[in-house]
Amino acid sequence: MNLYDLIFYLFAAITVLSAFLVVTHRNIVYSAFFLLFTFFGVAGIYVLLGADFVAIVQLIVYVGGILILLLFGVMLTNKITNVEIKTGTINIYPAVIGVSLLSGALLAALITSNWKTFPTEAPLPTTAALGTMLLQEYTLVFELLGIILLIALIGAASIARREA
Amino acid sequence: MIEVGLNHFLVVSTLLFSMGIYAIVSRKNAIQVLMGVELILNAANINFIAFTRFGNFGLQGHLIALFIIVLAAAEAAIALAIVLNIYKTLSTVNVDEVDSLKD
Repeated sequence: MNLYDLIFYLFAAITVLSAFLVVTHRNIVYSAFFLLFTFFGVAGIYVLLGADFVAIVQLIVYVGGILILLLFGVMLTNKITNVEIKTGTINIYPAVIGVSLLSGALLAALITSNWKTFPTEAPLPTTAALGTMLLQEYTLVFELLGIILLIALIGAASIARREA
Repeated sequence: MIEVGLNHFLVVSTLLFSMGIYAIVSRKNAIQVLMGVELILNAANINFIAFTRFGNFGLQGHLIALFIIVLAAAEAAIALAIVLNIYKTLSTVNVDEVDSLKD
């Protein structure tokens, strides 16, 4: 068992345990903070997979953007005078049974299937190659994503500010 | 202990995906449902990047992962705006109580 495996198990444990707490914790603010650890763990897994640029983007966009947005949502949709920001669950037994069946089926399928893998080389820096691809083969997608982001942010602002 | 390979990463992403589904179907608070959606998108991203590493596809998986992250940001912004509006109108964000189309 080498260092790579140890680090993988560490990050996998962080990711899975904190994701479990995200979905089971009764206090939604705690859930949001455990989501932080989940995103960090996923970023570590990206680094282990040789995806340095995606890992940095994950940290910046998820931890710096989406998580803060979710926390704002928590704060704005609860009465702050109410210290106990609790939230309930519905359909818990059907949900547990269904999700266990689903994940069992998925795990069985992916473990028994014989994936064709290629020998892995040492990971190279990906930023320059990704930039070249974005501005050459994927220019249209890149521009469309920019337009989507613009429309989404304008739409979000106008929906949130609409006078009822 | 077998060496960490493709299957290990796929198992992690499957667990994340299952917990995201669990959050979507069982949590009452709309924001926690959104957290479930984010977990599912992260699971998909791990799959894309794991297959990029262990397959022979070039870097297209990384690009798709970046596109997913951008779309997740847009989705979170719009969903939170809708949730804020629901809270302004109905004074609750529990998805099981928000069941009227028009008041």
